[in-house]
Amino acid sequence: MTEDLKYWVWLSTLPGIGSKRSEQLIEMFGSPRNLWYSKREELEKVHFLSREMIQQIVSYPLKVLAEKHMETIYKLNIKVIRIIDESYPVLLRNIYDPPMVIYVRGTLGADEKAIAFVGSRNATDYGNTIAKILAGEVAKRGITVVSGLARGIDSSAHEGALKSGGRTIAVLGCGPDIAYPPDNQDLMERIIYSGAIISEYAPGTPPMRGNFPARNRIISGLSMGVTVIEAGEKSGSLITAEFALEQGREVFAVPGNINSRLSKGTNKLIKEGAKIVTNVKDILEELNGLDLADLIEEDTCHNDNKDMYDNEIYPIFTEEEVKIINCLSNGPLHIDNISAKSGLDIQNASSNLSMLEIKGLVEQFPGKMFRLRK
Amino acid sequence: MLSKVKSCGLLGINGYVVEVETDISSGIPSFEIVGMGDVAVKESKERVRAAIRNTGLEFPTKRITINLAPANLRKEGSSFDLAAAVGIMAATNQICNTMLDKYMFIGELSLDGEVKPVRGMLPMAMCALKNGIEYLIVNHENADEAAIVKGIFVLPVKNLREVVEHLNGEREIRAYFTDVDAIFNDNKVYNVDFADVKGQKNVKRALEIAASGSHNCILIGSPGSGKTMLARRLPTILPSLSFEEALEVTKIHSIAGLLPPKTSLITYRPFRSPHHTISATSLVGGGKYPRPGEVSLAHYGVLFLDEIPEFSKEALEVLRQPLEDGIVTISRLNASIEYPAQVMLVCAANPCKCGNLIDESKMCTCTPKQIQQYLGRLSGPLLDRIDIHIEVASVKYNELSSINEEENSSLIRSRVSKARQIQLERYKGLNIYSNSQLQPAMIDRFCKIDEKGSRLLKDAFEKLGLSARAHHRILKVSRTIADIDESEDIKPCHLAEAIQYRSLDRRFAGNLKRYW
Repeated sequence: MTEDLKYWVWLSTLPGIGSKRSEQLIEMFGSPRNLWYSKREELEKVHFLSREMIQQIVSYPLKVLAEKHMETIYKLNIKVIRIIDESYPVLLRNIYDPPMVIYVRGTLGADEKAIAFVGSRNATDYGNTIAKILAGEVAKRGITVVSGLARGIDSSAHEGALKSGGRTIAVLGCGPDIAYPPDNQDLMERIIYSGAIISEYAPGTPPMRGNFPARNRIISGLSMGVTVIEAGEKSGSLITAEFALEQGREVFAVPGNINSRLSKGTNKLIKEGAKIVTNVKDILEELNGLDLADLIEEDTCHNDNKDMYDNEIYPIFTEEEVKIINCLSNGPLHIDNISAKSGLDIQNASSNLSMLEIKGLVEQFPGKMFRLRK
Repeated sequence: MLSKVKSCGLLGINGYVVEVETDISSGIPSFEIVGMGDVAVKESKERVRAAIRNTGLEFPTKRITINLAPANLRKEGSSFDLAAAVGIMAATNQICNTMLDKYMFIGELSLDGEVKPVRGMLPMAMCALKNGIEYLIVNHENADEAAIVKGIFVLPVKNLREVVEHLNGEREIRAYFTDVDAIFNDNKVYNVDFADVKGQKNVKRALEIAASGSHNCILIGSPGSGKTMLARRLPTILPSLSFEEALEVTKIHSIAGLLPPKTSLITYRPFRSPHHTISATSLVGGGKYPRPGEVSLAHYGVLFLDEIPEFSKEALEVLRQPLEDGIVTISRLNASIEYPAQVMLVCAANPCKCGNLIDESKMCTCTPKQIQQYLGRLSGPLLDRIDIHIEVASVKYNELSSINEEENSSLIRSRVSKARQIQLERYKGLNIYSNSQLQPAMIDRFCKIDEKGSRLLKDAFEKLGLSARAHHRILKVSRTIADIDESEDIKPCHLAEAIQYRSLDRRFAGNLKRYW
């Protein structure tokens, strides 16, 4: 059995031979093991293999490399799941070009219900907050949150799911042993602990550009629906949404400010018929066989920062603080504008803003911008 | 025959008397100058010889030895020419004057006998006064500067002939006087003013606090947001220079040869903004013949380092000691030279590589890593010397063209001066002058906060994620804010305002994000 895995791992590392060709090769030769031992003459008869591909298949170094991969796989306790295995995710198996093997760290649940959350890497605070909240709400109800471990929306979605104690899966565009981006190393560890990392790339594969669009098909493939939160006009998230449509999955989009560049993509999706999401209910009601009984009508953006405000120490707001809070009720403002609007001089505005920050009512952003905490 | 006349050399920002001893004896004709002179001093032989001949006087064809005493100090420059020529004249009895030791001669000679101006005249004149010299003979262009020193007769001359005739009693030279008080009180007007800056209220407030406590500060903002414009106006709100301070500033500029033309006394606080390619030596001073660096030229004024992350690491590191001690010490073989360097350091930086991070209207194209790295380049020890962090946002056009009357510099300056006065009185006898100089032990003594205040500070650290190095700085700055408020105690509102000036310590420094 373990001997056999080696051949599958080897097959997944062959450059230029993707899922579709692998599948055809397995069909023709019976198993990856037979392919491993195949002769050049036999391969030359296969019409869809170019000379380079044949060279790769008979190449000895690649076979040695596969042995090496096996060592890493044991060391890091990476599970190799073949498409013929029971534990291979059903939804993923049904797509047009499922990966022949997936490398998994963590645990894959049997017949998981999953929703993908994707979006821009340099998302705005709005996007990050929404991703956290939606992913948290979804995960709370036992649905797995799938995303790509990238910066921005992806990370926020994972964080949100983890925070609510739910399951989350990250699909990587590199080997399962590599954290990319590197600052997400910690997040990755936590996901492995309470969810899973999935990759179709063998250990040690660097995060190459071309891997990421391919990864997106797995993100949507694993999920019943894809939620897009903030995507620019040419965002990779739109590719994921397209895959989702091809694979017959739902596409959800969170509307955004029509002036915001990062909402162009999502708003376009809505225009083209994606389901608009303003509430976690919008996502859940599209998923069949889900008990919605426990779903209470509630605003998504509820205030979960009540604990930040300590009544004991700061019993009341001063008149000046109230003025500032009123100023900020229409959105974020620069400190100069707060001073002008509230009629407080600049030093009073400064010190009161500090007080409000400490009280947890107001938060500051680079550039001396302030806004009310949500 | 032997003669001795006096001239002056420079060591650091002070002059010292150089005795020019001339010995003329019979022997094979030669002309030697000894006493550790540099090339300019050695070449002085040729200038002196030609100047004497071309003035129509006799240059002795004998063995001439000139010694510049004290002989163990390095001499540089051409200011000994005139003294050497007078020495030779005196040794050959072409000048007969019994009061020669009451004179000091400073000037370079040209081949036709003209006397030329030299740099460092003010410190030399001060040295002359200290050493009991009565008459100072200088080029007429140097006379203005030399006459700043009261108690000495400055005799301006044009050429060697005038000097010789005067010393022989054949010509009267009128002593040159200037009205020092008039010069000092005059021309204190800066050609920039804070009223030129529209909006930016919080930045102006922060700069006022910085000026009041002499706190070093850093301005962080997009290109074009007005960082340089604001920094340039900082000297205008600092308290006016006292006469002694003005003398010291002038001395340094005089030695560096950077005195503006037609200026005898610098009455305004200097503003120096060296380019970021500057070397460590040019920044703090040094070289074979030591010169004051930018940090000394900014003495009692503002040293502005624009684009501080672009400065070489070395340059920024050598700045640390002068910022701490207010003095630059350069050690040389025979002497150690000190240049004063009490500056207010103002740095400016873009918030990120592309500069648009905190600009509302532009998109930042930096990756999170680049953002972290950019300001991360500033070393901790340097940031430890910066008390106030100021974020400068771009001003929108409608604010630029607004007709709102802005406060002018003199109004702000009066408040700053008041706050400084309070500090001067409080720190009498402690050898410090402003809140920025408070040492940790003194902070406990002078920056006491009540229970409410310490609770506030503790909460601020917990909730805002300030780093530990912020603690003392917040206390110092809040002391200054209380001083501006003319409040004896530091109140919670003072602390709360001071907390706003620690942007770089906040946790979001590592987690920058935009929300618009």
